[in-house]
Amino acid sequence: MRDGIILAVASAVMAAVPLWAGEGFLLHFFILLLLNVTLGTAWNLIGGFAGQLSLGHAAFFGIGAYGATLAHLRWALPGWQGMWLGGALSLLVAAVLGWICFRLKGPYFALATIALAEILRLVAQNWKEVTHGSEGLLILRPLFSSKVQFYYAALLIAFATLSAAALIRHSKWGYYLFAIREDQEAAESLGVNLLGYKLLALLASAFFTALAGSFYAFYIGFIDPASTLTVERSIEMALLAIIGGMGTVFGPAVGAVAITALSEGLRLWFLSAHFFIYGVLVVVVILFMPEGIIGSLGKFWRGKRRAPV
Amino acid sequence: MSPLLIFIQTLLSGLLTGGLYVQIGIGLSLIFGVMRIINFAHGELMVVGMYLTYALFVFLRIDPFLSILLVAPALFFFGAAIERIFIQPVLRAKEENQILLTVGLSLILSNGILLLFGPDYRNITTSYSGAVFYLGPISLSVPMSLSFLVTIVMTGGLYLFLMKSWTGKAIRATAEDRDAAMLIGIDARRMGWLAFGIGSALVGVAGSLLDPIYYIFPAVGGAFTLKAFVVTVLGGMGSITGAMAGGLLLGVAESLGAVYLSSGYKDAIGLLLFLGVLLVKPSGLFGRSRL
Repeated sequence: MRDGIILAVASAVMAAVPLWAGEGFLLHFFILLLLNVTLGTAWNLIGGFAGQLSLGHAAFFGIGAYGATLAHLRWALPGWQGMWLGGALSLLVAAVLGWICFRLKGPYFALATIALAEILRLVAQNWKEVTHGSEGLLILRPLFSSKVQFYYAALLIAFATLSAAALIRHSKWGYYLFAIREDQEAAESLGVNLLGYKLLALLASAFFTALAGSFYAFYIGFIDPASTLTVERSIEMALLAIIGGMGTVFGPAVGAVAITALSEGLRLWFLSAHFFIYGVLVVVVILFMPEGIIGSLGKFWRGKRRAPV
Repeated sequence: MSPLLIFIQTLLSGLLTGGLYVQIGIGLSLIFGVMRIINFAHGELMVVGMYLTYALFVFLRIDPFLSILLVAPALFFFGAAIERIFIQPVLRAKEENQILLTVGLSLILSNGILLLFGPDYRNITTSYSGAVFYLGPISLSVPMSLSFLVTIVMTGGLYLFLMKSWTGKAIRATAEDRDAAMLIGIDARRMGWLAFGIGSALVGVAGSLLDPIYYIFPAVGGAFTLKAFVVTVLGGMGSITGAMAGGLLLGVAESLGAVYLSSGYKDAIGLLLFLGVLLVKPSGLFGRSRL
């Protein structure tokens, strides 16, 4: 209920942004912000709620981007239909990835997700007849004529992802995921279907990540393996959730605000090295506020003393 | 060239590449064995070694192979300091937080280097960079063969150190059972930074060895972190001898794959092997997953 009110108010505020932000860099910034909100929230479904640390989410982002772009370029599918195609493809990839990786736990799971995403990147790099390799693919005819339309599309996707997160969080499914995160063996012994619920969470996570990927492709108008399928891309998604607060509904959105503002603001000074800031942020968050911004703020408000790491 | 000769040639150059992978992976395995932490910044420590070697070469004209004598101790202290400052506080934290911390360190290292040196591809050209020598009809790269020798000496030394010296035995005891080791008076925290330092020194030296034959750029580490994971998982996480076998196996598999399958998918072969081993035999191909 409370989550619903927060979501409604935040959406109303965000819906008014184009009224004052113009059509320049500021609107671009808010579009990137909403994209990051979607990516962080989607990652959090599996990484935060279920505690399965995926470092291969670029696979879904890339599938969404390439699926929608290729559908558009080859079969002239309009953007929205391409997005559904990208989303559907990502479900397929997620099912395979889950089937392989969910046999593994902890660091092995993280390593396996990296490996699968890397294999996809190598395919995108080498399957030149289809993907044009590292030359990338260019979308000449944009989906929308104005940035404002892109903005509302991004808002819609972010809203859908956050709603899904809020619904899952307070459902039985959400509690099962939390149980899995806290103790897999205990959850299993109580009759929780580990593979089933983890897989469902991964499918939902992959679907929204792919939507964001196809949106990215149409908005930027150019994709290549280096911008969609790298390990850095995967890490970035995880960082959004971790810095904001893993396993909370709005943590990743808070993380997205912090990270987007910092990285866009500091890009001028740090040029391409804005990942440096991410690194520092992660280390600081892990060492000093392991529950992320939201978790630490919550504790601060409740006046509890923070337990040491 | 006859098919048999091509095969032998491929096999031998694969073994030489594998030597480098051993040098890279063995430190990761040692660190995991002692501390149960997967160091996602491992490849970036190698990049630190690469740039240190590069700087020594450009400013002081020190040969890459000679600079090992400086790079190894420098990286030892660097790694030990990282362990004391960043890793030590999260030793008892949740597994995902440990992973994320080393991911954060890897971002800081690679992007710190990017800020210092810029994104350009650099390389070191020595008189022997492109040199080859012949064993009958088989040609072998001189710098790769020298690297292989260095790796043999260093891993041999590490093996003797771990097996014979008191400290080495203490490191192994800590890897075997941390609490039991502490009960008999071993300073497990000291073993932790020692292992991290040794692992960093080994991978830093791999950076020096790579300098004459590879491009030097800030983002080069990620690919090698991945290789190090493959090597250690093939051989069994935490196993030193396993990492040796895993490294050679990966080198040979890649080399054969590049010649007989496709050079573009060379890196995918290692990853597929890696997934296969994770799924079928997570303790590694060579049995025990301990030191």
